[in-house]
Amino acid sequence: MSGPSTYQPSHPALQWFEKRLPLIGLIHSSFVAYPTPRNLNYWWTFGGILSMMLGVQIVTGVILAMHYTPHVDMAFNSVESIVRDVNYGWLLRYLHSNGASMFFIAVYIHMFRGLYYGSYKAPREVLWILGVIIYLLMMATGFMGYVLPWGQMSFWGATVITNLFSAIPYVGESIVTLLWGGYSVGNPTLNRFFSLHYLLPFVIAGVVVLHVWALHVAGQNNPAGVEPKTEKDMVPFTPYATIKDGFGMVCFMIFYAWFVFYIPNYLGDPDNYIQANPGVTPAHIVPEWYYLPFYAILRSIPSKLGGVIAMFSAIIVLAFLPWLDSAKTRSSKYRPLAKQFFWIFVVGSAASPRRASTSLPAAS
Amino acid sequence: MLPVLSRIETPRAVPNSIADDVLAKYGKKAAPMAPVLLAMVLAGGLLIGGGQSAKAAEGGPTPPSLSWSFAGPFGKFDRGALQRGYKVYKEVCATCHSMNLVHFRNLADPGGPGFTAAQAQAVASEIQVKDGPNDAGDMFDRPGRLADKFPSPFPNENAARAANGGAYPPDLSLMAKARNYDRGFPQFIFDFFTQFQEKGPNYIDALMQGYVDPPPADFKLPEGAYYNKYYPGHAIKMPKPISDDQVTYDDGTPQKVENYAKDVSTFLMWTAEPHLEARKKLGLQVMIFLIIFAFLMYFTKKKVWANAH
Repeated sequence: MSGPSTYQPSHPALQWFEKRLPLIGLIHSSFVAYPTPRNLNYWWTFGGILSMMLGVQIVTGVILAMHYTPHVDMAFNSVESIVRDVNYGWLLRYLHSNGASMFFIAVYIHMFRGLYYGSYKAPREVLWILGVIIYLLMMATGFMGYVLPWGQMSFWGATVITNLFSAIPYVGESIVTLLWGGYSVGNPTLNRFFSLHYLLPFVIAGVVVLHVWALHVAGQNNPAGVEPKTEKDMVPFTPYATIKDGFGMVCFMIFYAWFVFYIPNYLGDPDNYIQANPGVTPAHIVPEWYYLPFYAILRSIPSKLGGVIAMFSAIIVLAFLPWLDSAKTRSSKYRPLAKQFFWIFVVGSAASPRRASTSLPAAS
Repeated sequence: MLPVLSRIETPRAVPNSIADDVLAKYGKKAAPMAPVLLAMVLAGGLLIGGGQSAKAAEGGPTPPSLSWSFAGPFGKFDRGALQRGYKVYKEVCATCHSMNLVHFRNLADPGGPGFTAAQAQAVASEIQVKDGPNDAGDMFDRPGRLADKFPSPFPNENAARAANGGAYPPDLSLMAKARNYDRGFPQFIFDFFTQFQEKGPNYIDALMQGYVDPPPADFKLPEGAYYNKYYPGHAIKMPKPISDDQVTYDDGTPQKVENYAKDVSTFLMWTAEPHLEARKKLGLQVMIFLIIFAFLMYFTKKKVWANAH
């Protein structure tokens, strides 16, 4: 994706096509000849795994949408009829619902890998910021997708999260009304969430293209965190990275299949098997696991506006990392203190929901 | 929140201690993965644990974990239990509870109670279904068909509440997946490996047998409620639903509440997850395929990289 391709097709028809649109050359230079550092470890395979998961989610999602009815009276039963009556509908549904969790597991590993090895530092700032944008889009997409089955947790999660925007001074209430399409979460909300849930994955795919483009301009970071100097530092993408990513993907699929086939409801909330009922509030409104650290931030600050600001800044701050971290060394391998703080951050962000949820009442 | 922020910002002050010798590292084995993986598992566990404790149970004892034929990677429903459970549901539960997502045809589905299509048809035709309008514009009653769903005991929610002292008996179709209890840390991590997914049937089984009459002396029971050990808050509006010998079993199974509870829980697991057997069967095939595929990929990768290390 960077610079003209050296690819020369041998077949005359392909040469003819290549002269008019160098598409094969682009693919060749991006995914075949593209040089990758030879010291990449398996944490680097999660980029490929994420592309695979985006593909899985789009394919299963498009088929699910063929059977789904976005209406408050029918959505819950239409999901159940997919599971019960559509051929392999149960498989599609569990692939898609667990796929969202797998997507987030992979993206968190991918992000923590970037943090650990300093992949956000120059010259990869734009690459990193594009990643933060993808992450934000994923959070929005995942949240709206969770609303679609119209279970109790869908409804009440949507109510709590959309209400957060009312904390914004002056325009908050108008934003919430716009999100709802009315004066409470209802049918217009479900319809617009469905529409956006279908749209955003393609926006993500577009930003992913930019992300890969930026990656191929700057080149990959590597565990040592030093720029490649000679040709001996690199190996061509194919076959080296392709086969390694492929192996990573298959291993990840085993993990994924374990959830889909054996414990498909392990990560879900049982309350979402009860149809949404605006008259009955569940005992505990809990978002999906991948939002819990942010939900914990929200709940641990007594002021609503303060909580919302803190929650969003926790994500936005990621975009500024390249300038917040002034250390010259990229890889935490060679930064003993940063390494320790990295692991404190990993364990801390994983444990935070536990502390907040057990010790404090809901803020909103 | 701010701890998170400061954690992100901390690396700024970190001293630089790099040994910039990359080329010497090529060909060297990577640092041992085990501690890293352990930390990851722990982190993931804590994260999900946060969610679990966030929806902590409202006290009360934990339902005992029973042994279910449908548990585990090779799980299958016990046909006899499904048929007995259906009988208990039909004669007891269905007098108050609806089951809107299940149709008579499902009784003959593979992986279900194992009725033949004719048997399912016979069961369906026992009920009268309001249909219409016909050509004359009138509604009429007809015998049930395979395509009909299980009949609801009440025409609407208000009628159900009026008949049940204000309480609305919930639909039972998904009950076995809609109830839960906290298994706590670290048990839920083991549950990932043991594929424990039977909280719902455990809870239903315990609830059927959890009635205590009279209630403990220090418990103030509201009007029209009954004391149940396993119900969150203990005051349940449903009276003790079943007693010994209430439903006749034709296959010689002892007619005890214990058996009724277990059979009806099995039946409700099937109504909640009718394709459970197909799912686990396909799962085994997929797993075998993926593991073989992973080995092939691993050795291919080794061969490709042989000259690069």
